[in-house]
Amino acid sequence: MAGATRPERPLSPHVSIWRWHVTMATSILHRVTGVALYGGMILFCFWLMAVAAGPEAYEPFGAFLAGPIGQIGLYLIVAAFAYHLANGVRHLVFDTGNGLKPADAETTAWFAILFAVAAPIGLWALVTFGG
Amino acid sequence: MSKGKSTPLGRVRNHGAAAEGTGHFVGQRVSAIALLILATWFVLSAALTMDGPTYLAAIDFLVSPVNAVGVILLVMVALYHMRIGMGEVINDYIARPFTKVVLLLLNALVPLVIAAGALFAVLLVNFGA
Ligand code: HEM
Ligand code: HEM
Repeated sequence: MAGATRPERPLSPHVSIWRWHVTMATSILHRVTGVALYGGMILFCFWLMAVAAGPEAYEPFGAFLAGPIGQIGLYLIVAAFAYHLANGVRHLVFDTGNGLKPADAETTAWFAILFAVAAPIGLWALVTFGG
Repeated sequence: MSKGKSTPLGRVRNHGAAAEGTGHFVGQRVSAIALLILATWFVLSAALTMDGPTYLAAIDFLVSPVNAVGVILLVMVALYHMRIGMGEVINDYIARPFTKVVLLLLNALVPLVIAAGALFAVLLVNFGA
């Protein structure tokens, strides 16, 4: 319409101009861990049903949980839970209108990631060496 | 707001997917706070009191009344929370109406069936023959 000159309008959002922020990772990780925990809870319910079904029915389930794949799986579920929990608290704080300044949100984002790494290691150390 | 003059489409526009947002939002937060306590309790007490994932350790854990009630609450609240959450994920990513409806239906039914089975299991362990 304006002939050869392009209109000087703000073109927001600047989809092509951005840099990476941890808060992008925390956002998508909350969703990924939420979906993982969905599967984890279903497994947990099957575990309860296997216990109720008696020792013979429980046998293969218990053996799987005690084996390498089961142990790694449990470790990952605890890590997913620790992350979702820490970041869930962030979400709840955000909902009150606090912690939303970019610098604050980035600090707490790193804290949530640190917690997700440290909590399962701490729990395993406690179970293995704690008596 | 002249609500009476708007068409059904006009009323739905700008009100989110199905005007259920606030209820889900509040339910998601309330269940999140409950899970903060319940799920943390379960992970810690199961890890610290159960001697490996054996049958006897599981029975020992579940026959304690406090543990049984805690596990029942955990199952109910977690399945409620994850059902709302997964509903949102499905609404965000699945565009084809048929696939979306099928997945939303599964998301409504599967946790319900699983929860019924899990609760019955805890009762059976405690009161079964
Ligand atoms: C690395 C970049 C990004 C990541 C990891 C990301 C991740 C996510 C996630 C996980 C959600 C769901 C969150 C929730 O429901 O609380 C979401 C929602 C959304 N995102 Fe992004 N996003 C990114 C970039 C963007 C960009 C560039 C835009 C737009 C230009 C955008 C627009 C939206 C919108 C509109 C929603 C829906 C909010 C709602 O329905 O409540 N996102 N994003
Ligand atoms: C067993 C446990 C849990 C399961 C299976 C689970 C599952 C989920 C799922 C599937 C979502 C949807 C993710 C999304 O929309 O991006 C979600 C969202 C959420 N979860 Fe959890 N969750 C669990 C525990 C928790 C805990 C302990 C907390 C709190 C501390 C929490 C806080 C939240 C919050 C605040 C949201 C909403 C995030 C948003 O608005 O985008 N969850 N959860």
